[in-house]
Amino acid sequence: MAKISLTVNGKKVSAEIEGRTLLVQVLREKLGMTGTHVGCDTSQCGACVVHVDGKSVKSCTMLAAQADGTAVTTIEGLANGNELHPMQAAFKEHHGLQCGFCTPGMVMSAIELAKRNSNPSEHDVREWLEGNICRCTGYHNIVKAVQAGAQAMAAAK
Amino acid sequence: MAIDGIGAAVRRKEDYRFLTGQGNYTDDISRPNQVHAYFVRAQAAHAKIVRIDTAKAKAADGVVAVFTGADMAADAIGGLPCGWLVKNKDGSPMQEPAHPVLAVERVRHVGDPIAVVVAETLAQAKDAAELLDIELADLPAVVGLVDALKPGAPAVHAGGNLCFDWHIGDADQVAAAFKNAYKVAKIDLVNNRLIANPMEPRAAVGEYDRATGEYTLFTTSQNPHVIRLLMGAFVLHIPESRLRVVAPDVGGGFGSKIYHYAEEAFVTWAAPKIGRPVKWTAERGESFMSDAQGRDHVSHAELALDKNGKFLALKVSTLSNMGAYLSTFAPAIPTYLYATLLAGVYTTPAIYAEVKAVFTNTVPVDAYRGAGRPEAAFLIERIVDIAAAEMGMDRVEIRKRNFIPTDAFPYQTPVALQYDSGDYFATLAGAMNAIDYAGFEARRAAAKKVGKLRGIGISTYVEACGIAPSNIAGALGARAGLYECANVRVHPTGSVTLFTGCHSHGQGHETTYAQLIAERLGIGLDQIEVSHGDTNKIPFGMGTYGSRSLAVGGTAVVKALDKIVDKAKKIAAHLLEAAEADIEFKDGKFTVAGTDKSKSFGEIALTAYVPHNYPLETLEPGLDETAFYDPKNFTFPGGAHICEVEIDPDTGVVKVVDFAACDDVGRVVNPMIVEGQVHGGLAQGIGQALMEECVYDDKGQLRSGSFMDYTMPRADDLPSFKVSTAITLCTHNPLGVKGVGEVGAIGSPPAVINAVVDALKDYGVRHIDMPATPQKIWAIVNGGHRMAAE
Repeated sequence: MAKISLTVNGKKVSAEIEGRTLLVQVLREKLGMTGTHVGCDTSQCGACVVHVDGKSVKSCTMLAAQADGTAVTTIEGLANGNELHPMQAAFKEHHGLQCGFCTPGMVMSAIELAKRNSNPSEHDVREWLEGNICRCTGYHNIVKAVQAGAQAMAAAK
Repeated sequence: MAIDGIGAAVRRKEDYRFLTGQGNYTDDISRPNQVHAYFVRAQAAHAKIVRIDTAKAKAADGVVAVFTGADMAADAIGGLPCGWLVKNKDGSPMQEPAHPVLAVERVRHVGDPIAVVVAETLAQAKDAAELLDIELADLPAVVGLVDALKPGAPAVHAGGNLCFDWHIGDADQVAAAFKNAYKVAKIDLVNNRLIANPMEPRAAVGEYDRATGEYTLFTTSQNPHVIRLLMGAFVLHIPESRLRVVAPDVGGGFGSKIYHYAEEAFVTWAAPKIGRPVKWTAERGESFMSDAQGRDHVSHAELALDKNGKFLALKVSTLSNMGAYLSTFAPAIPTYLYATLLAGVYTTPAIYAEVKAVFTNTVPVDAYRGAGRPEAAFLIERIVDIAAAEMGMDRVEIRKRNFIPTDAFPYQTPVALQYDSGDYFATLAGAMNAIDYAGFEARRAAAKKVGKLRGIGISTYVEACGIAPSNIAGALGARAGLYECANVRVHPTGSVTLFTGCHSHGQGHETTYAQLIAERLGIGLDQIEVSHGDTNKIPFGMGTYGSRSLAVGGTAVVKALDKIVDKAKKIAAHLLEAAEADIEFKDGKFTVAGTDKSKSFGEIALTAYVPHNYPLETLEPGLDETAFYDPKNFTFPGGAHICEVEIDPDTGVVKVVDFAACDDVGRVVNPMIVEGQVHGGLAQGIGQALMEECVYDDKGQLRSGSFMDYTMPRADDLPSFKVSTAITLCTHNPLGVKGVGEVGAIGSPPAVINAVVDALKDYGVRHIDMPATPQKIWAIVNGGHRMAAE
């Protein structure tokens, strides 16, 4: 067992981990933050995407030890109280979610796209989300939500 | 007063918790002192269990217990039951082999559970599983449908591989019609096996309270009451009064979470043995080999036509794969949800279908989004295109010539169903306009100039939803009723909680049902909560599948609201000192007709619970009503889907460049949610047509066992969709609703394949089996088409 310390959603935390422990396991099992989901075991589905030092990362594919000393943001860290982050609000407004399981990863992934490209085209969004699988929405409304969310994020700057 | 009632595109009430990471899915639930279960599964498709030595595993760090099938057998635990009995042509019952929770003596498919290691942590359970000493003696396996019925094929069960040999329709009438045919269109086709793959893997937590004797199961289910009934009554023999089943937030189902699974029974059984809560969550790899799979038909069909292109008769012979065991609904899918739909939207006067259901050494097969109806639509809409080609007729014209006329409803088909309403001309016109069908040939020519092959394909379909009238279902072999239940509880201050027996796992029930209540009671959506998924809260329910939640569950809500309004009127009459017949209820107010004397809904609610001035001699206090609704008929959503594809002949890649769907789903309560349901169904249908395929090798090894091998549609595989509705109302439920959950997955696959075949018409292609992968297309375009197509 080893001890790691990291910042999650602005709060300093530490955890005792095995070498094989994954970042997502620390978030879900050690810290009880179950908003980040696990949808596969081959790093394909993207339900587990979080931000590590500002970059979107599949937390099922990163050892917790690698996250030692980093700043992690999860879906739980986006809203300001009851006020949704612009990307969250766009997903609600454009019905970009149904069962909600892929949603945290979709939103976290979309936010990094929006930071890189404040006005992404439909093609840009579809290419970017290649690593996030949704089985409910057919992506149609997710694409609309990400475009609107990116514009709203740019406008809020 | 403006309320967000029927027809409003209300943003969903449930979204806040999902968007902020506060959903409560089964794997998010951790119980104090819980232990973790790891299932050891067969790696061979068919083998005899020679020996399982658990000693080393039991001694490993953190291990609490190890169980095998023998332990469950010693406890007289029943097998997993099948909910539907189909009879053979001669009236004898189908073969219904035992389905043990954990395999005993034999394993029959890759993934069949053999043993379970329970430990303090999941990692310890997995480590200890490596120490199990399991000796299996391989037996020959059978995988393919055709192979399984050959003489001498390895037998999956002692009774052989034929589960049932069933038929429907009038064989003599069909034979006579074929004698008079001008032309006969023929097709052999495969409906490819699929894996549902909801994004949330299945999970279960079992708990036992020694003080009260109560069991609780948290599970990823579309129908918790059905699980309680099946598991309590048939598997574990626990009275329902001491068994609570909770299906909390569920991350998609698509049919695969209807069934009662081994892992649910195991964790519930093991919890009192261990004296601690037992938790299991599937890894995705386990989902691939343990979730019930979908489709998997091999069919031959012939359509007889007269010289005007009118359909005279259809005969169909289908083999349907059941997998190694019968899943909960499995026998109903290729029979009552498939062959009864073979009339489609056409007036074909004579139809005969025979269906042989077959056991193989593969994962059990059951309903997957559409369930039988996509198989019927695919067969019909493919053979109609082939008939058009045989006759030299336009594909639109041949359809219109055979459509059931709009004034012919109610329409009795020759395969048992009576369609209540529809307008297939309107939906076809809607889709053709949306995609600019008239402009297609110009687009084809433009594509040709840049070396691309364009095609367009039409599918006009109907399906049956709102499952189902209980007496009919019972006569057809269902072992349960298929009504739905709603309990509308008005609280003293006038807010309302609905307890529904349906279950939402993406459909947005918390919003749609609330809209029904807001419309009827004239109260705001913020005054309404919808509760589902907990057998301790909800009287009963059959759950959500077969697009039944609004047509059946919504009607139960309406019935309960009728009772609420009836009683509230009595209370209002008393308070307003008027005759009950003179009380009008509108916009949340009870008014004495022709006067300005009124009471608000909230005042009535308060009076019901604080009955100081109340007709106590004739009326009970309280305002809390329950209704059970049993549907009078199925509902029949239908419509037209048109797909436009462009093929790159250099790579064989098929790109869906445009897709228009115009559907008749009956009255639309929330258009935003309805469109979203269609989008999702289309993605799954296009996935089936172009990408998805569950593949086993000839030894029964699952080759498509991960998201790296099974091609899920991704954002960059799909276009944006042109979705619209052209509705007719359902005539036998008060809302006029039909259902929308499955239309996308039912209508779209033949539209895609018809488009691909159209794009390749210069290559002499008549048919391509799904999925139309780049490899198949490239082979056709580059001269190898005999390998890939007829």
